[in-house]
Amino acid sequence: MIHDPSRIAVVVFALFVLFTLGISFYLGRRTRTASGYFAAGGHVPWFVNGVAFAGDYLSAASFLGICGMIAFYGYDGFLYSIGYLAGWVVALFVIAEPLKRLGKYTFADALDNKFQSRGIKLMAAISTLVVSVFYLIPQMVGAGVLIKPLLGFPHWAGVLMVGAVVILIVATAGMASTTYVQFFKGSLLLIFSAGLTVMILNRGLKADPSPEASAPQTITVTADGKKLVNGKPQGHGEGQGDLRQVGHVRQLPGGVTETGPVGPVEFLNTVRESEIVLWSSKTATDAEGNKTTTYSPKPTSGADVLRPGNSPTFAGLKSADLTAKLNFLSLMLALFCGTASLPHILIRYYTVKDAAAARKSTVVGIAAIGCFYVLTLFMGLGAMTGGTIDVSNSNMTAPLLAKSFGELPFALISAVAFTTVLGTVSGLIVAASGAVVHDVMTGFLKLEMSDSAKVRVGKLAAVCVGLVAVCLGIVFERMNVNYLVGWAFSVAASANLPALVMLLFWKRTTKEGIIVSVFAGMMTSLGWILLSGDTFKDVYGISADRSPVPFSQPGLVTIPLSFAVLVVVSLLTKRNPQR
Amino acid sequence: MAGFTNSPPPPDEVRDLPVEQYNARLGLILFAVYLAGYGAYVFINAFRPALMDEVPFLGINLAVSSGFVLIVGALVLALLYAWLCRKPGGNRA
Repeated sequence: MIHDPSRIAVVVFALFVLFTLGISFYLGRRTRTASGYFAAGGHVPWFVNGVAFAGDYLSAASFLGICGMIAFYGYDGFLYSIGYLAGWVVALFVIAEPLKRLGKYTFADALDNKFQSRGIKLMAAISTLVVSVFYLIPQMVGAGVLIKPLLGFPHWAGVLMVGAVVILIVATAGMASTTYVQFFKGSLLLIFSAGLTVMILNRGLKADPSPEASAPQTITVTADGKKLVNGKPQGHGEGQGDLRQVGHVRQLPGGVTETGPVGPVEFLNTVRESEIVLWSSKTATDAEGNKTTTYSPKPTSGADVLRPGNSPTFAGLKSADLTAKLNFLSLMLALFCGTASLPHILIRYYTVKDAAAARKSTVVGIAAIGCFYVLTLFMGLGAMTGGTIDVSNSNMTAPLLAKSFGELPFALISAVAFTTVLGTVSGLIVAASGAVVHDVMTGFLKLEMSDSAKVRVGKLAAVCVGLVAVCLGIVFERMNVNYLVGWAFSVAASANLPALVMLLFWKRTTKEGIIVSVFAGMMTSLGWILLSGDTFKDVYGISADRSPVPFSQPGLVTIPLSFAVLVVVSLLTKRNPQR
Repeated sequence: MAGFTNSPPPPDEVRDLPVEQYNARLGLILFAVYLAGYGAYVFINAFRPALMDEVPFLGINLAVSSGFVLIVGALVLALLYAWLCRKPGGNRA
């Protein structure tokens, strides 16, 4: 679909960006020490840190990806919401307090606390950089996806714009500005999502049994690059055509045509008892090289929409295929274990004063993130039944849903989505920059650096990581955002969590065990991903059947493997003199 | 934005090993409780998805209601943990 740029959206975008940059410059003047730059001096109040957790965590994948997935496929998107939230239980009950006590700036501090090993520093830094880069790619791709239709800029310009703003945010004040950008973004995301949900419930549900609403649509990309929609050149001028927004209820329970305002329980009940039109797509290429994608209506019972197994990702749940079920278990395990292994989340524990503040901020984070994930179900179903789906781009669901209530909600939600990317990317860049300066340069290479030199190098590292992220965001334009986030969670959970958990709870853990476990977890999960059927199909463009691994998500194999490697190596090296 | 000055980081926390052990044990117990619920949810979705169609209460099916229970349950356990945890010195946090 072609989305006309909105003037209000541009103005609101500009105001949001100026506000975030204002915070950064204000705090930048007050940040001189390494502790201030990498951990905000440990002075962040626990409540602010808790909301900043939400700002850090609720990335483009959560906001744009999950809303889109629920709108397209129903309950399957909500499975991600639950998995993402459940991971915070691991963070709170297992990781938060000891991590705060053991570390100072980075995740490597905690791993290395007992051993003072350069090997651990290096391996943890590499793992931090790998996970941060994997997580940065979908954020930057998400930025481009968002900017392209909203402001009319090409994908690369959107990525470049986000990169430039984030580099400015991080390079000016580091963790201090990042924290307040995330606090600001987390608060707005919750407020506007709640507002949008109230508007959805107030609008209620309306049935549209007309044949026009369910008419199939086609888009053809000709061999010479022209786009035809339903046979006409794509555009909004005379003689041109464009895809129309879809998603509607065909039949409401009791034969009524509209419900009027409903409560949340009544909304879910009504959806379950209705008949809803979902959309499927099929692409075919003819002999002349013209590629046609046909979007077809698929009337589906509401009860089916609210059960697992409608999306291509989880379709195997409805079958007896054991591999599909193992793939699902593997993904849910990675989501559960991945949160407490993400470097940009872990370093946030160093921004508060003590373990009690770390604990309280996680509780606030769980409350904020939990509320948001409950709202995703209503926003997704609201888009599914409110005629606000762009069949060609699921990531546009939340902004288009807001647009159905007016230009201002659209502008605000789009700007919030943009700051969503800003907040998460800044957190990741701070984590990566800390790993370079604190773990590699001073920890592994043993370079003597003054506090101000550390800050200078940290800012330089932030610029470099930001530029790498911009390049990757442009290169990976066509990759699915949620899919890439799944990679990051799997690698983080396999590489970092086993070492962290065993260090805290198994006294016989040795430094060799930690080093080999992080290495094994990282390499096996990366290797599994690169050899998976999904990667064969989506990245290499060859048949998924040729993949040598039985299912695409690595966590079910690589997380236990990393634990096992740590135990075996620790037992073999138990006479380590450091002990 | 109080506190963002060039003042030194807060002093290291006073360590109290029995309190740390108590909090860690409490955390692991609550973690096990949540893990049991999350594990059951994931296994039902994987191996008995038809069960998710059941409507246990308020007209909301098991898929949605169990999802909400896991989200709200995480918050309830988190609050319980925050309430039961001890501070160094033996008092409740």
